[in-house]
This record gives sequence, structure tokens and C-alpha cells, in this order.
Amino acid sequence: MLKYSLKRLASAIPTLFLLITFAFFMIRIAPGGPFDSERALPPEIEANLAAKYHLDEHLVIQYGRYLWNIARLDFGPSFHYLDWSVNDLILQGAPVSFTLGLLALALALAIGIPIGAWAAFRQNRAADYSVMSLAMVGISIPNFVMAPLLILLFAITLGWLPAGGWEFSPARMVLPVITLALPMIAYIARITRGSMIEVLHASFIRTARAKGMPSRNILFSHALKPALLPVISYLGPAAAAILTGSVVVERIFTIPGIGSYFVQGALNRDYTLVMGVVILYGMLIILFNFLVDLVYAWLDPRIRYDEQEA
Amino acid sequence: MRGWLVSVLLVLLVACNGDRQGSEEPAPSRLAQPVALETDEHGRPLPRVLAETQVLYRGNAEEPQTLDPHLAEGVPSANILRDLFEGLTTTAPGGRIVGGAAVHWDISRDGLTYTFYLDPDGRWSNGDPVTAQDFVWSWRRVVDPQTGAAYGRMLAPVVNAGEVFAGRLPPEELGVTALNPTTFQVRLDDPTSYFLGLLTHPTTFPVHRESLEVHGSAHVRPGNLVSNGAYQLTDWQVRSRIELTKNPHFRIADQVIIERVVFYPFEDENTEFNRFRAGDLHWTYQVPSGQFRWLERNMSDALMVAPWFGTYFFSFNLTREPFRDNLELRRALNLAIDREIMTERVSRFGEIPTFNLIPPGLPDYEPPEPDYASWTQEEREAEARRLYLQAGYSESEPLTVELRYNTSENHRKIAVAMAAMWKDVLGVRTRMVNEEFRVFLQNRAQRRVTQVFRAGWIGDYQDAFTFLELFHSEHGRNDAGYDNPRYDRLLEQIASERIPSRRRNLMVEAERILLADQVVLPVFIYVSKRLVDPRLKGWEENIMDQHLTRHMFLLRERSAGVSPREDASE
Amino acid sequence: MTEATRDAFSQALDRRTIRGRSLYVDAWHRLLKNKAAVAALIVLATMIVLVGVGPMLSDWDHEIPDWDHYSTPPSLETGHLFGTDALGRDLFVRTMIGGRISLLVGLVATLVSLVIGVSYGAVAGFFGGRVDNIMMRFVDGIYAMPFMFFVIVLMVVFGRNIFLIFVAIGAVNWLDMARIVRGQTLSLKNKDFVEAARACGGTEMQIIRRHIIPNLLGVVIVYVTLTIPQVILVESFLSFLGLGVQEPLTSWGALVNEGAQELETAPWSLLFPASFLAATLFAFNFLGDGLRDALDPKDRP
Repeated sequence: MLKYSLKRLASAIPTLFLLITFAFFMIRIAPGGPFDSERALPPEIEANLAAKYHLDEHLVIQYGRYLWNIARLDFGPSFHYLDWSVNDLILQGAPVSFTLGLLALALALAIGIPIGAWAAFRQNRAADYSVMSLAMVGISIPNFVMAPLLILLFAITLGWLPAGGWEFSPARMVLPVITLALPMIAYIARITRGSMIEVLHASFIRTARAKGMPSRNILFSHALKPALLPVISYLGPAAAAILTGSVVVERIFTIPGIGSYFVQGALNRDYTLVMGVVILYGMLIILFNFLVDLVYAWLDPRIRYDEQEA
Repeated sequence: MRGWLVSVLLVLLVACNGDRQGSEEPAPSRLAQPVALETDEHGRPLPRVLAETQVLYRGNAEEPQTLDPHLAEGVPSANILRDLFEGLTTTAPGGRIVGGAAVHWDISRDGLTYTFYLDPDGRWSNGDPVTAQDFVWSWRRVVDPQTGAAYGRMLAPVVNAGEVFAGRLPPEELGVTALNPTTFQVRLDDPTSYFLGLLTHPTTFPVHRESLEVHGSAHVRPGNLVSNGAYQLTDWQVRSRIELTKNPHFRIADQVIIERVVFYPFEDENTEFNRFRAGDLHWTYQVPSGQFRWLERNMSDALMVAPWFGTYFFSFNLTREPFRDNLELRRALNLAIDREIMTERVSRFGEIPTFNLIPPGLPDYEPPEPDYASWTQEEREAEARRLYLQAGYSESEPLTVELRYNTSENHRKIAVAMAAMWKDVLGVRTRMVNEEFRVFLQNRAQRRVTQVFRAGWIGDYQDAFTFLELFHSEHGRNDAGYDNPRYDRLLEQIASERIPSRRRNLMVEAERILLADQVVLPVFIYVSKRLVDPRLKGWEENIMDQHLTRHMFLLRERSAGVSPREDASE
Repeated sequence: MTEATRDAFSQALDRRTIRGRSLYVDAWHRLLKNKAAVAALIVLATMIVLVGVGPMLSDWDHEIPDWDHYSTPPSLETGHLFGTDALGRDLFVRTMIGGRISLLVGLVATLVSLVIGVSYGAVAGFFGGRVDNIMMRFVDGIYAMPFMFFVIVLMVVFGRNIFLIFVAIGAVNWLDMARIVRGQTLSLKNKDFVEAARACGGTEMQIIRRHIIPNLLGVVIVYVTLTIPQVILVESFLSFLGLGVQEPLTSWGALVNEGAQELETAPWSLLFPASFLAATLFAFNFLGDGLRDALDPKDRP
């Protein structure tokens, strides 16, 4: 296991390198620069700013400088939020996004798995259709519609919950967490349903059934674990995405997470900031995919990574 | 299919709700109403009418890029900086320019030397006195090209500023001196009648040298930032909140009533609106477009709309076809726009239709109205058709034009309406091009692909020149590519003219030339529009839309506690 | 959001279903027994007919404002069946036109990603070994990049033309397809019928074309039905950012976003486009699920 882990870690480095290279040159293709403004800067000042942030150097030299800096875990100054470094901004925003993301993830699992399993038990019956339809509301209504609807209903009309903002009060988290969780509930329910149906048709379940084991026991002692495998592999990338925030939720609920930086960073040509979050996301993806494989090995005894050649 | 049904039900629920609130009966406002304002002989509110907690929550558009007054640009940061810092002059609630860090000043007869006498009580938030030397050092920092001050040209009228800015002279050569600790002298190249107004701009504010030298670029963090205004920075959570607390050392701290002010950034106007309705804000930065009718009906006591010192206009690219050397075509497109429809049915917030570049409301400037401004719209459209034919286009050979704007809900609506009007009146085919902001700016500046593009300007200082200078052939934002030697010469004359009436006439002449050449297509005068809690008083409308927190105060709610009248009878 | 599809149909794959033509006939019959899937098919067919002929049924045009009726509720008197938007443009016609764009955009991007993904995955899987290793490492690298970042940059670069953008989105979105097809190909290429083809002297390209790709059809169908709704959602997200289709054209995403701005004052401007959008996404998702079930014989109760 350890050998396998080390191997995976080593293979993450070229992946990350590829990601950084790709993202670095891609964002530079976008026309315009970080210091463009409606109030035109005098050329002298523009030149000075470019020199200050090394934007006057050849792109390849900038790239080398950037690699050297991130090797020392310095993501550089933000080109847009002039008083902060990218490290500052990510350290301030990431805890917010992580908190919301984890809560949404927990909620989605807590609802998605049971309703998915239930739907599988009642395959092609009314309960299946209605549960899955309900779940699919989460996928079929864009979150930028869902969020204002929730605000209008629960914050404005009923006055039960705050309309947004972030000052570490649990009440303020409710609506954003629901908005984040809804599409995820739908996906998880759907995957659980699919894999549960398959597991329920597997021979070992049929055997258990034939032996007269009650449905509930079958579900918990035999069916659930193998049925969760596809959910686990979905969770790898999905968790990375939800933990890095959502620009829609952040904008509509005024939440200072890092999700907006993927979009605002790119639109402001805040090269360092957008690179910072892109790298963070990449690292999370790699990390979670690795964790998924470990959990897989733990859930499914047939998988033993050390024996595999790849 | 049940999920679909649920979604429909959800929307219907909301729809019914909308209908209820949109019904003909005026819904009672849910806002808390204040007690009547009573003041003492100095016009200051009596303590008994004031709310117990004087904490103000202000909505403030996007997160400021920086709180370093010399590097900042944009209204959101300026709103905060005007509370944190104080320039030599400042604005009264109605926008009048009054003494700030300088209590009074002398202007030499030739208008070239300004001597400012600082308030001896002026203190930084750490207790240090505010000195003339602070201003000297700060202004040198502004013009130092190493600083990269975005608005450095605000100090352009000062002797040698341009040379220092261009790196040809050291910052020490800037024409400012500290005659003694409380006397600061500025020498100008040209008599600049609006100079005192420039001094309310954050770029001219002083910064605390010592903390800057100690903390470097981290000098604006809470705990590090030393400011000389009515407030000091106590908390800053990026994209969440910026909290200022009263500066106990402020020169007139006893007149500051609001103890704490929290600025919230908003990336979405609907969110800010919702937060206001939920009672989280006293003051919004803007209101959502398209909600005007609803607001007028339901929140008329909170909706505040006032003319602003800015114009929404479009520019023609004069360096390319089809507008190059084609005055008739430009005029035709200009006259075909029905500004009444634009303001009443498209922008809908009481914007003022205009044919001029420079907004009204300046104390010493009357914009020259072109003759067609007094025609009826039918007459204008008839003339537009005549000019269109004269320019060589017709129904069978229509003009195809690209109308470019940057991503925004309002710009989109206006562009769609313009295109529809051109099509309706002239048969012009318009291709609308919505561009992301930075792409848009670059395309505008390069003048290669643009034809008609959205422009607009909010004056930086209270003078017509802030608009006129944009069209100097060498100005960095002259994206129209206007190059008229006569106009350039006029601008230079305006800059050096000492006699106010002659200067005014020159500016009127310049605007007249600009309009005659149809460089721009003005649509309306901007309005500032926001929601304000009825309990918040002490502020007044002004065309620069500057509202310092230190003038404001919160009144007690009408229902809360003893009513002041009973109180008075005791 | 793409991860979900990958899983949704990787399940289909794990069941190793693909065996000759009769399978598809069988699957079709099974699909017709699935009420939700049939309903979805009907909804989709109706939708396509509606957006196709709908605009011709109205007296109004999608770009001309009716200045006398801006932001008006649905009414038979004015002829605005779905009401008008903030500029007085007929929402019925705009919803139909928007549907055309949304569906087209979904199809274009999906087809592009399909072509790239299937060829890339089939080649990597078929050749295996070092080629496979290098090709899949590349996919991993891109996979670790946030999809939205890609989309925004592409948007900024190609901002002028919506179809160009969706070709570009398709060109980014092929990663899942490539992975799945590769896995499927890896297992297929050792199957007897491939061995047989090889023994008969078929070249490698011939084998990929004649044996591998046709056998991937089941996966591909499921993939397509589940990817189209995702691309439509991506487009609506871009509209939320204001980076969507250029005026006077529109899309469901753009209309829904405009409607959401005036949720309270003009609820009809959200209700109609949102219903169309949601119904379509629903139908695609149910159809996708139905197809997946239908292609898996083990699911027969």
C-alpha cells in the first residue's frame, strides 16, 4: 500500500506540471491586461507597473520565475487586489468555501444515498419515478434561478433566514448550503439508484433473498457497500469542485469564498490569483482521486494495488 | 414529471407573491419609520432623537482593489477612503467644497500659488499631528512614477508634476513646500479654477509616512493603517466586510455621530437589494435595473434618485469606415434615437435625456444645446432620414453597423433599444457585439475593429474640463480618434485662462465644436439611485454623489421608546 | 458536473452489454416499456417541433420591441402569449428562438466532444502500452484543470461567436468520453471477435472502425443524451455571467437569467423559459437513464 501511495504521489508531479503549464499560457492568450482600466493610465505608469510585476519580461522567463516561486509555495501578489497576496486571499477564502462545501457534501450524501437506494427498491414504480423526479429538480433548474427563489421564499416572504452575507452565523449558511447541495443530491441519488439496482440483481443478493433474509438486512449487510463504490468514485472530482466554491452561490449570497476567483480572476486578468486557485483545484482533484482509490481498496477486497503492474 | 410540476408550483408561488405585491393598492412600507428630526441651534440633531446604536451598514458595489488612497481608483474604494482620510478640502453634505485638513487658504492674485493653513488640531489615528510635511511627502509619492498611482494626473496642474511623472525630474522637484508645520504651499503651472475640488479626491489625500515605511505594501491592513479622517480601519475581510470605527483623534471627533460603519461589497445588485429588504443595510450602492416601478410603489420612502455628474453616451470611431469623414451619417444615427423612450421605458430610473456631453448642474457652466434638441422627435427622425440618404444609404442599400458594448444588463438593454430604433427609423442593420470588459477596453483603444461603441463618463472633478479633455487628440481615452487641431488649441487656452467668464465661454465653444462634429452620441445624464433607510439622516443629494459617513446619523424609530414630544413636555 | 455522467454510463459499461444488432432491437423494446423514457421522448419531440415552427405562429418578431407593452404579463389581447420582456419583445417567440439556440448548442458541443473523445479513447485503448500511458497522462493533466476556467478563457478569446465557443467547449469536454471509450476498448480488443478479425488479416484501423467503434455505440448513445443537458446548463451559466449568445439572439439560459433578475416584478419572464429549459433537461436525463437501463439486460425484473 505504501509503495503504491508513493508511486501515485510521484506520478502527480508531472500531472501538476502539465496543468500549471497549460493554465499559465492559456490565461495569457486572453486579450487585455490586469492594469487596463476605463481611466487610461499614462504610458509611463503602465510601463512602471509592468516592470514592478515583471510583466515586461519575455513570457518564458515569466513562466520560469513563476515555477520557481510556486516551488517555494509563493503564489505571488494579486494583480487585482493590490493589498493582498494570492496566499492571503486563498487563506482567507478557502476556509469559507471548505466549510460550505463540506456541509453541502454531507447534506447531499445524507439525502442522496437513502433516496437513491429507496428508488432502486421500488424500480419503475411510482415511488421510483417521483423520488427521481424530485431529485432531478436539482439538475434541471440552474442554481442561479434556485438561489433567488430560495431567497425570495425563505428570506423575503417568510423572513425565516438571512438573505445572504457571511459572518459565521449558522443561519446564514442554510440557503447557500441547500443551493450547493441540490444538484449533488440529484447526482448521488441517481448513481446510488443505478448501482443499487445492479447489486440487487447480483447473484449473492439473490442467494440471500432465496435464503429468506429480510430486505432491510440485505440492504445494510450486503447491498449497500458494493452499491456505494460508484458514489465514491463520483465523489472524488465532485468533492474537489464543491470545496473550491461556486461563483453563482458566492455572488448571489455574497459569500467570500474562492469560487469567484476562478471567474473574476480570469476576467480581471489577475494572472497570479487565477493560477493560484487553478493549482489548488488541481491538487485537490489529484488528492481526492487518490483517496477514492484507497477507499475503493478498503471497500472492495478484490482490489489490491500493490499487486497491479500499472 | 412530478419534479417539473414542483418547479412550476414553486415559480407560481413566487408569481402569486409578486402579483400580490404588485397590486394596485399601495402596499404599506415595511421599513421602520423615524421620529421627527429636532435640532439644536447649530443644526445638529438633539441626542434624544438619535438611535442608541449608531452603527451604519453601507452597501458598496465590488470589493475595492486597494485602500491605499494613491493607488485606488473607482467609486467603491473612494467611498471608503473619504471616511478614512481627509484631504486639504472636503465636501459638505450638499457637495459644497469646504475646509478639511486645511481650515483656510490663500490664493495668490495670479491664481498660481495656493497657501493652505492646516488645522492645528489635525491628528492621525495614532495621535501624531498631521503636518504640512506629511502632504509634501504624500504628494511626492503620488507623482513618483515608481508608485504607479492610477490617478496621478489629478496633480497634473502642480508645477513639474508632468516631468516627475514621466521620470525626467526627481519627485523632490514637485512644486510643493512646507513653509512651516502647519502651512503647505502649492505652485501651479496654470490657474486651475477647479483645483480646490481636486483636493477632495483620494489621490490627493495624505498617507502616514512612518507606517508606510515600516509595513511597506501591508500598510493598509487593519492594525497597520494610520489615517487622518473621521474613521480608522478596524476590520477587513476580503469580499465580506470592511469595518471602520470612529477615529478618537480626528480633529472634530466630537461632531462625528456614527460610531462604526461597515461597508459590504456586492457583486450583484439584486443581492444588495435583498439584503436591504431584509433589514441588513441602511444604504445601498445601487438598485436593480428594472425594479423601478416596484420600488416606486412599495418603497418610495427609501428610493433616492438624484442627477449625477456623468453622461451615458456612445462614441463613433472616426478613424475607420463607415464613420470616418461622414458627419451626415453620424448625425443621422444620433437624431434617430428617441431619448424619451430610452429614459422612460428602457433605463427607467429618471435619467435625464440629453443631446449634450456635459451634464447640467455645474455652478459656472451652461451646456450649449444644439438646435435639434428643441425639435420634436418626428422632426428629428425626418432630418435623420434626409441625412441618411445624403450619406449614401437607403432602404435598398442599408448601413450595416456594429454596436459594441461591454457585458452588463443595462448596457445590453440600451444597445438593443438603439438597434431597434435605428432599424425602425432608418432601416439600419445593427450587429450587437457584447464584449467582456477588458477585451472591450482594448478594442476601443486600438480603434481597429470598433464602429459605434458604448462610452460614458462620470466626472472626476466638478468642472466641465473633466469631460472636454477626453477628446484631446493625445488623450489616452480618446477612443473615438478625434483629431481636431482647433479643439486641441481651445483646450490649451482653457487650461491657461485666468478670467472665469472667458474660460467658461471657451469651454462652451469646445463643447459646441464637439457636438457639431458629432463625435459622440449622448443618450442621457446618469442618476445616482439607491435605497436609504428613512432613519438615516444628515446626508444630502449632490451631483458628485459623495456622501461622507461623518455627516450622517441614525434617528430613533418612531415606535421605539418614549416619543420625543412627551419627552420634551417633562 | 461531468463526473456524474462518466459514472452514470460507466455503470452501463461495466455490464458488458454490447453484442450484435439484436441487442439494440431488444433495447429499443425495453425502452418503450419504460414510461418515464417514453414520456421523455415525447416531450423532446414536441419541444423540437415547437421551437422549429413556433416562431412562425406568432405575429411578433424576436427582436422588435413593442414599446407600448414592455414588461407586460401574458395576454391574448396584445397577442403576447408569454408576455413581454423588459424591452417589450415577445417572450413566446424569444422562448422558441432561445430553444433553437440552446438545443443546437447542446448538440454541436456534444458532437464535437464525441468525435474527439471516441477517436482519442479508441486509439489509446486499442494501442495500449506506452501510447496509452502517454495519452492518458495528458488527459489526467487537463482533467485536473477546472472546467469553468477553460470555458471562461475560451469565452473571452472567442467571445464573438457562440458556435465557435461551443465547438471549443466540446473540444474540452471530451475527456470523459475518451476515458470511457478507452476502458471499453481495452476490454473489447481481447474479445474473440476482434481476434478473429485480426486472424482474417484486418488492419488495425479497419478493426477500430469496423469492430471497436460500432460496439461502443451503446455507451455513446447514453453519453450523448446525458451530455446535451449538461452543455445546455453550461451555456446558461455563461449567460449568467453575461458571456452568452449575442443579442438579438437569445437562449433559454439567457432568458432564464433575465427572468431571474425580475423574479418578482415580471414572474412570467422566468416562468416560461424556465419551464421549457427544465422540461428539456428533465427529458434528456430521463431518456439517458432509460437508455442505460434498456441497454442492460440484467435489469429486467
